[in-house]
Amino acid sequence: MILTALCLTFVVFFLTNLYPNLEKLAKTQGNFRMSEEAVNSWLASNGYDKPTLVKYGQWLGVLPGWTLETEDGVRGRCINGTVSAEEAADAPGLCGILQGDWGYSTVFKEDVAGIIAVRLGNTGYLMFWVLLLMVPSALLVGVLAGMREGSPLDRSLSTFSILTTATPEYVSGVIFIAVFTSSAVGLKWFKGTATSAMENPTFENFFLPVLTISLYGMGYIARMTRASMTEVMTAQYIRTARLKGVSFHNIVLKHALRNALIAPFTVIMLQFPWLLNGVVIVETLFNYKGFGWVLVQAAGNNDIELLLAVSVVSVIVVLVTQLISDIGYVYLNPRIRIS
Amino acid sequence: MDTLTWTGSASFLNPLLMLAIAATLVAAIANILISIFVPEGPQQVNPDGTIAARGGVPGLVSKLLYWAFLASVGVILLYILLGAFMGTGAGIIGSMAQQFLPVWIALIILYAASVAFKRRLGLYGKLFDSPIGMIGFGLVMFWVFTGVFGALDLIVTHDPLAQVSGMKNKVPGTPMRGAEEGEFAWYLLGGDNLARDVFSRMVRGAWIVVQIAPLATLFAFMVGITLGLPAGYYGGRLDTFLSFLANLILAFPVILLFYLLVTPEIVATGVPNYMATVLFIFPIIFTAVLLNSRFYTQPRFRTPLLIGVLGVMIWLYLSLISERGSAVAILPEFLDLFDIPGGILVVFVSVVFVNSPTVFRIVRGLTMDIKTRDYVAAAQTRGEGPWYIMLWEILPNARGPLIVDFCLRIGYTTILLGTLGFFGLGLPPESPDWGSTINEGRKLLSIYLHPALPPALALLSLVLGLNLLADGLREESLRD
Repeated sequence: MILTALCLTFVVFFLTNLYPNLEKLAKTQGNFRMSEEAVNSWLASNGYDKPTLVKYGQWLGVLPGWTLETEDGVRGRCINGTVSAEEAADAPGLCGILQGDWGYSTVFKEDVAGIIAVRLGNTGYLMFWVLLLMVPSALLVGVLAGMREGSPLDRSLSTFSILTTATPEYVSGVIFIAVFTSSAVGLKWFKGTATSAMENPTFENFFLPVLTISLYGMGYIARMTRASMTEVMTAQYIRTARLKGVSFHNIVLKHALRNALIAPFTVIMLQFPWLLNGVVIVETLFNYKGFGWVLVQAAGNNDIELLLAVSVVSVIVVLVTQLISDIGYVYLNPRIRIS
Repeated sequence: MDTLTWTGSASFLNPLLMLAIAATLVAAIANILISIFVPEGPQQVNPDGTIAARGGVPGLVSKLLYWAFLASVGVILLYILLGAFMGTGAGIIGSMAQQFLPVWIALIILYAASVAFKRRLGLYGKLFDSPIGMIGFGLVMFWVFTGVFGALDLIVTHDPLAQVSGMKNKVPGTPMRGAEEGEFAWYLLGGDNLARDVFSRMVRGAWIVVQIAPLATLFAFMVGITLGLPAGYYGGRLDTFLSFLANLILAFPVILLFYLLVTPEIVATGVPNYMATVLFIFPIIFTAVLLNSRFYTQPRFRTPLLIGVLGVMIWLYLSLISERGSAVAILPEFLDLFDIPGGILVVFVSVVFVNSPTVFRIVRGLTMDIKTRDYVAAAQTRGEGPWYIMLWEILPNARGPLIVDFCLRIGYTTILLGTLGFFGLGLPPESPDWGSTINEGRKLLSIYLHPALPPALALLSLVLGLNLLADGLREESLRD
């Protein structure tokens, strides 16, 4: 798992540190009409001219950060601004994410750790409501559809879940905005942007983004739940219960439901990486400044350290949810737990 | 010239359509409610052993639903039929129906031929037994024909890139000022904020999707199959290594990967060209191994076959990857058959790259399952080579799930292409693909709906069609 994280961050690091990207960074930070030499000297004075592996070691915190002596004093990775030689000697030698230093964002002119914390908080809030809406309704739809396979209820709910899986967020978001918020058509139920939801989330400005993300994930979970539910409903012990004369809703609630919910649990956990995609699209569409918005900003401006932090966080999210899904599966499924 | 209304002189059909749709909805809801509260009706056993015929109220309601649904479909068909003859006389919908005339004809021919010969067409023919599969196939083929005929200039009314003064953000059906003789005189679905025709852009966008999505999915399948079969068959270190790589790619958030790969700066370094060099070699390996393992015992036949097929494929491969002025330029110019614009190539490569690990995992799982079967053991006892077993014993038996996944994956690729366009990555900004058009349209969405909605609905219907098609195929392939 740690190996995966290391490989991934190195890939991101390598791609962001290719020369054309650095050149673009230098030009956006300095001046758009910089000459070749000016770009090179800017890169050298900011420590970008080292070999990629060395820079990666510095970012990770296993190699000492770069320092550079100029006429005014010493500049360096672990030093704020330009300081005198004595102060530079006091600065720590190693500063990477292992030491808890996430670096400095070149777009926002702020410490990366601060940006990530704030934006992740915003997104966490969004995700909380998404999960609260998505998981129960998806399970409900799946269980109701799988309860009686082939019934009209099953067919209409299955059509509904196919429809939602076929609608990516940018399509459903656009349709929702058009139907519910547009001043041209008239249904002004909700607001088309969620910018104000960052300080003051209300139903009016926050429901549409939540609904847009939930719908896309919901169809998939509902279909998985339905498949698992129909499988359970054809099992031997359900037939036994039925023949004993247990009533239908007792069978569904007491006998089938718990066994049918094992498979969807894994699916829900593995949905997290997909939700991350949805978050990026929806935050861009509704202008909600969260984690996905930061990703777009960082990637668009080649903000290396911010982008690395973003990828570290998302990789951790992905790997941790995979771990939880494995552990939870064993925990939920007595057949695996006992054997 | 007047502004076109939506239905024009065919508007006498509107109340009929409303009535039919309302009846369908009511019947559908009643059907669901009845199925919950009323127990199964009396069943009768037919002489041939089947059980059928629910009588009473539930049966009546489901009959009603069926007829109401047929009525709504019929009215919609009537709109199209009237439109095809009356053209602009039947309003916007009518003239769109007339513009789509080649598509309707092609669809009718295709369906007539397929239904007539469906017993001889294998799995494809069985598709026409399931209504869901037929609807899905119809939606997919509609967009395929639209893409093809749109590229042949049969459907589009205007140049999708041309800007006409005075048409900026105009509502659907606005007549053009000073339209010349022989020129189509209306913007059927209005103009976008650069005064381009939304309808023509949507039709041209279909061509981009129809070109890229199936081909990219096919390449992803080649990569996934070529790597997944040995990983599942041999297991061991090879499996561990390849699975690690696949999980590595899968752990990346797709959008981050796109942002890293699909930028002009990365294109300048040639990374996509190198990736194309690696990824596009897999179809060649696949074909070579496929043919070699089959005709290994007949060297007389095998050698010329391999030389011929591989010669053509390697030539295509080299002209595909080598491009003037880019990092990979192997072939001299006179041998280079075609150049793919850098933007398209990078989009193609990244979509293949994102899709292939998932295919790899599916193929690996299927192989691990199938290799324990008796016929594989029989082939091993006969002394067949491992590649023969993988490609000619295991792969054909895994085709059902793979075909279903292929359909779903084309839909997913379409969504990915839209995502790329939505973030303005890869394709040039004026390109008429659906993602870019949605992205442009969303900026003014609260005032002007019409530029963003048609591509959004088009993408929705295509992906929905592919999903329904996959569902139909799954049902039919499970049946036998």
